[in-house]
Amino acid sequence: MSETISIINPKLEIARSPHVHSKWSTKQAMWLVIIALIPTIISSLLFFGISQFSIIATSVCFAMLTEAIIKNVRKQPISIDDGSVIITGILLALILPPNFSLVSTAIGAVVAVGIGKEVFGGLGFNIFNPALVGRAFLQAAFPVSITTWTEPSFTDAVSSATPLSLMKFDNKFESINNLLVGNVGGSLGETSAIAILIGAIFLLATGVINYRVPLAMILSAVIFGGIFWLIDPLHFPNPLFHLLAGGFLLGAIFMATDWVTSPLYSKGMWIYGIAISILVILIRLFGGLPEGVMYSILLLNGFVPLINKYTKPQIFGEGK
Amino acid sequence: MKNISLIKEYSKGVWKNNPIFVQVLGMCPTLAVTVSAINGIAMALATTFVLLFSSILISLIRKIIPAQVRIASYILIIATFVTIVDLVMKAQFPELSKALGPYIPLIVVNCIILGRQEAFSSKNGVFRSALDALGMGTGFLIALFILGSIREILGARTLLGFQIMPNMFEPWLIMILPAGAFLTLGLLMAYLNSFAIKKKQNEKASLISNYKLTKSNISNREEI
Repeated sequence: MSETISIINPKLEIARSPHVHSKWSTKQAMWLVIIALIPTIISSLLFFGISQFSIIATSVCFAMLTEAIIKNVRKQPISIDDGSVIITGILLALILPPNFSLVSTAIGAVVAVGIGKEVFGGLGFNIFNPALVGRAFLQAAFPVSITTWTEPSFTDAVSSATPLSLMKFDNKFESINNLLVGNVGGSLGETSAIAILIGAIFLLATGVINYRVPLAMILSAVIFGGIFWLIDPLHFPNPLFHLLAGGFLLGAIFMATDWVTSPLYSKGMWIYGIAISILVILIRLFGGLPEGVMYSILLLNGFVPLINKYTKPQIFGEGK
Repeated sequence: MKNISLIKEYSKGVWKNNPIFVQVLGMCPTLAVTVSAINGIAMALATTFVLLFSSILISLIRKIIPAQVRIASYILIIATFVTIVDLVMKAQFPELSKALGPYIPLIVVNCIILGRQEAFSSKNGVFRSALDALGMGTGFLIALFILGSIREILGARTLLGFQIMPNMFEPWLIMILPAGAFLTLGLLMAYLNSFAIKKKQNEKASLISNYKLTKSNISNREEI
C-alpha cells in the first residue's frame, strides 16, 4: 500500500491510526521499553540463576525468526529493527516460570508473534497483546509445566508455590518485604516489584507510557482489594499484597499500557484500568485460578474498540 | 445448470465449494468432534450417508412437495435417516457413538444437508443430486480428517490411535480443547484462502493484459 502512495507523492506518509502526537518515533519508543525492561531481566537472572537467560534468548530469537519468515512470505518489508517483536519476546519470557522447557518457549514465541500479531496484519493491527496470547496458548497447551514453579535460589531448583497460590490454597500470606525485593516463587520477571518500578519510573519520565492506565489499575486494586480486606482481614490479603504479588505490576506497567491494545482516550484509559483490576481481584479471590492478570488484560483488550467508541471526546465546535 | 459435466457435479464439493473451507457450513460438528481423526471420519461418513439418501429422496419427490412446507418436509426426511444412522451406530459401534455423543442426532440440523436440499436436490434430477451429495460428503470427510489428524497428532501424539510422535514430544493439550479446533480451522482456512486469492489475482492480471492487448490492436488498426 505504501509503495503505491509513494509513487504518487513520495513525501506523503500513510500510517495506521491512531495518529497520536509523540516526541518519540515508534522505533525509539520500543527501544526505550526494552531499556526499561533491563532491571527486570537482571532481577530474574539474579533470583533464578543465570541459566534462565536461555529462556529469554530462545523466546526473543524465535519471535524475531517468526516475524522475519511471515514478513518474507507476505512480501512486506522486514521490520525487526523497530523492536516491537523483541519486546514481545522478552515479555513472553518474563511471564514464563523459571526452568521452563525451551521447546515450549519457542512454541509460545511462534504463537505469540504468528497468531497474536502477524495474523492481524502486524504491528498496529493486533487486537490482543502478543506476549499474553503466547502465554495464554502455553497455559492451555501445557497446563502442568507452566504451573511448576521453582524457588528462587542460586543452587538447585526446588519446586515451590507462588505467593498467590499460597494465599489461595493454604491461606498463607508472603511478607511484603520479600514481595518487594522479589525473593519469592513466580514467573521470571514478575517477582521483583522494585525492578519493575525502576522500569516504570523510566518509562513515565520519558513519556513512553501514559500514567493513567497503571494509576487506574493500582488505585482500583487498592480500593477494591481493600474493601475485601476490611470485611475479613484474616481471609483476604491486604491491598498491598495484591499490588506486589503475582504479575500485577508487570502487567500494569508493561502489558496493559501497550500502545496498540489499550484505549486511545483518557476516559477510556481509566475505564480500562479499573476494569482490569476488578477482574484481577475477582479472579484471585473467587476464581479457580490463583492469578488472573493475563486473562483480565486479554479480556479487556477485546473491549478496547468498544471503549474507544464510547469515550471518544467531542471535537471542538461539533454540535450535540 | 444442465450443461455442467457430471464429474464437475461431484468434484465441486470436494474443492471449489468445499462445505467447510469455502462455504463454512456445519461448524458445530466440525469444531466439536474433530478431537481425533477417527471421530472426524465417523462423523463425516454418518453425515454423508444422511446427505446422500435424503438428497435422493427429496430429488425424487421434489415436484410433489408444496413450496410452503418444503423446509419442514426436508427436516422430516433428514431426521428419518439420522435416526437410522443413530440407531445403527448405537448397535454396531457403541464406543464411537458414545464419543460422538449428541452430535449424531444433531446431524438433523446440520446446515450442509439442509443447504444442499434447498440449493440443489430440490431443483435437480436424482442422479445429479446423488453425485452432488457424494461430492459434498467427500469434501466434508477430507476437511474433518485433516482437522482431526492435526489435532490428534499435536494434542495426543497419535494418529488413528497409533502413536506417531516420539515420547519426547509434549502433547499440546490445547489442541484437543475447543480452542484448538478454532485455531486449527482458522489457520487452515487462511492457508487455503491464500491459494484462492493468488488465483484471483492471476486472473485479474491476465484480464488486464488481455484488455490492453485488444486495445492496442484496435488503436493499431485505426492508425492503419
